[in-house]
Amino acid sequence: MTAITVVDLPPPKPASYLDEGHTVWSWLTTTDHKRIGILFALSITVFFFIAGVAIGLVRLELLSPQGLFLTDDEYNRLFTIHGITMVWFFLVPSIPTTLGNFLLPLMIGARDLAFPRLNLMSWYLFTIGGIFTIYTLWAGGVDTGWTFYTPFSTLYSNGHVIAAAFGVFVTGFSSIATGLNFIVTTHMLRAPGMTWFRLPLMVWAIYAVSLVMVLATPVLAMSLLLVMAERLLGVPIFNPNNGGDPLLFQHLFWFYSHPAVYIMILPAMGVVSEVITCFARRRVFGYAGMVFALLAIAVIGFMVWGHHMFVSGQSPYASLVFSFLSFIVAVPSAIKTFNWTATLYRGHISFESPMLYALGFIGLFTVGGLTGLFLASVPIDIQAHDTYFVIAHFHFIMVGGSVTAYFAGLHYWWPKITGRMYLETWARVAAIFTFFGFMMTFMPQYIMGWLGMPRRYHHYADVFQIWHVMSTGGAGILAIAYVLPLIYLPLSLIRGARAPANPWQATGLEWQTPSPPPKENFEHTPIVTTGPYEYHPAAEPGLAEMQRPHRTQTEDA
Amino acid sequence: MSEASTALREPWPDLARQREGVTFGIWIFLATEVLFFGGLFLGYSVYRTLYTEAFREAAKETEIFFGSINTVVLLTSSMTMTVAVRAADHGYRRLTLICLWVTLLLGLGFLTGKGFEYNDDLTKGLFPGPGFPLPQPQEQIFWAFYWVMTGVHAIHLSVGIGVVAVVAVQLQRTVIKLESGTLTAVGLYWHFVDLIWITLVPLIYLVDRP
Repeated sequence: MTAITVVDLPPPKPASYLDEGHTVWSWLTTTDHKRIGILFALSITVFFFIAGVAIGLVRLELLSPQGLFLTDDEYNRLFTIHGITMVWFFLVPSIPTTLGNFLLPLMIGARDLAFPRLNLMSWYLFTIGGIFTIYTLWAGGVDTGWTFYTPFSTLYSNGHVIAAAFGVFVTGFSSIATGLNFIVTTHMLRAPGMTWFRLPLMVWAIYAVSLVMVLATPVLAMSLLLVMAERLLGVPIFNPNNGGDPLLFQHLFWFYSHPAVYIMILPAMGVVSEVITCFARRRVFGYAGMVFALLAIAVIGFMVWGHHMFVSGQSPYASLVFSFLSFIVAVPSAIKTFNWTATLYRGHISFESPMLYALGFIGLFTVGGLTGLFLASVPIDIQAHDTYFVIAHFHFIMVGGSVTAYFAGLHYWWPKITGRMYLETWARVAAIFTFFGFMMTFMPQYIMGWLGMPRRYHHYADVFQIWHVMSTGGAGILAIAYVLPLIYLPLSLIRGARAPANPWQATGLEWQTPSPPPKENFEHTPIVTTGPYEYHPAAEPGLAEMQRPHRTQTEDA
Repeated sequence: MSEASTALREPWPDLARQREGVTFGIWIFLATEVLFFGGLFLGYSVYRTLYTEAFREAAKETEIFFGSINTVVLLTSSMTMTVAVRAADHGYRRLTLICLWVTLLLGLGFLTGKGFEYNDDLTKGLFPGPGFPLPQPQEQIFWAFYWVMTGVHAIHLSVGIGVVAVVAVQLQRTVIKLESGTLTAVGLYWHFVDLIWITLVPLIYLVDRP
């Protein structure tokens, strides 16, 4: 009789981080940076569409100079909820908490972020803040604009200022927690051989943005705390009747909120640097310059807040200094733009959808940046202050820049994150719609702003109607461009082809592990021996590497 | 919890790196706290420069007795906290725990003192609003800052007390180990809250008290 030995095989190792438990609970209690990145992505998508619907209604209302279907109060509340939600619940967390969270450890060869539980707490804080914001919306909204200017917000507004401010306050701590985590991770968990000047620019960008988050956000927290205290307890901190200074609030607020613009744009610059190099098959032009430009933007960005207050009664000498510093911050931004362009030079460019988004970014960011110079100059700002010119300028940076780059990154790393390929044709359509829809929405706003159309007005002079109609039409195209990925990206999860480990033939550690990556990111801790962007030998510009990304490549990793 | 058996946590390669990382993280957090309170101190400084006279008059109403007692209590608590952290470094378990509990009691003592002080302030009607006893309107701004600054400090201290309690209990049950670096982080936070109080004392009690 033969004895049959039953060998207890260990249970098979889950294939990827996505297979480490399929219950909702396993997601809500995860400390895996990849899963938390996805939790953030789902949350911000919800907020993006809430804010998008709000502004869609506003744009429809503005089709007619007398308005169509909203009362003045509803109009004020809609643009406020658009601003608050877009700024704090989409733009600020967008790239850092989703792509940054997912990619930072992968790019530096780490197993996870330095403090995994803090990372999960960050998402919960974000969610709590979001619940307050949604409550605000449900309870009837808030009408202060996203800036919460005193004394309106403290003494006169009849909206739900405290709930909205508290939501933003709590979300601020999510920003701080994430920034802190990223800084410690970048300093302490780089793989052997991954020196500071071998880091991909995305990592540098995330690092720079973390510094800004950590140092600017607390000041916003304090200014909102003071607003809440004044409104709730009646302590006269900004109340002019007691000698309080409303301008003090503006200083505190913009000390955060100008750097916040850099919180939105720096990670976008990181994404674009990765995408441009990959699809041009080129080393990035002037790597060190790019790094120092990122850091310079982060540092100088702290010293320009006064340019929001040129007409608020600030000392003209202060305005002069702030104006000068605002011009200075354009220098590193220009260095980056020129370097991206120089990276394209003699590259083997292919127009995959991430690249289309990235190229769109460069164009839109340039227009937004240049009009920023107009506004940094005091005499021109006095003319254009609080007009649609300003609106167009910052939307070119925040939407044309950050949102476009977010989509570039989302498409670029989608195969890595999900292990699936999306429908490239539709992605290209969406990218092209984004660019043209955006131009059509915001170019007319430059023109009408320059002609004198003030921002935040419900009713306007008839002469501006044509521009408003064009802008609303563009917004419709933009809406299609933003809804399309919401269809074909989830569809790819079911129908999409399996993605290989490195579908774009890109450099970077994140592409050297399977798609989607295993829970511990790498089988063995990688050892880094080269710098980033090794698309061709350093000495031979361009021609050596003829390889292009092949989407059809089927070999699985 | 399987993690409980060792002080080392994911994703750190070894304990020394982990301790370094935790300390680094807490220093960054304290930097954010400095900026948080910085906004408050900036506002105070602006108004004190604008309304020097009103601030002098208003500050005379503060209770320097409670302020002084509380300063002594909090400074002592920082001392016991330092001893706790050093004792943990040397592996003296019992001393660590005793010092943590003493620190916690001193923290509670501070809050009690603050409670009596608030009570006196409120009896005198020193909360800004209609019927405020002091004549100049700007004096209310001083008291607005008094309540916000001491209130935010008290919240920080309460968080500190809560954290110390949790850490002490977990150390007792060996859920966390002496060498994990947690205590260093808690200690740094405690000293920071103390430092904020030291900054607050001259801003509140010592204006025009030569």
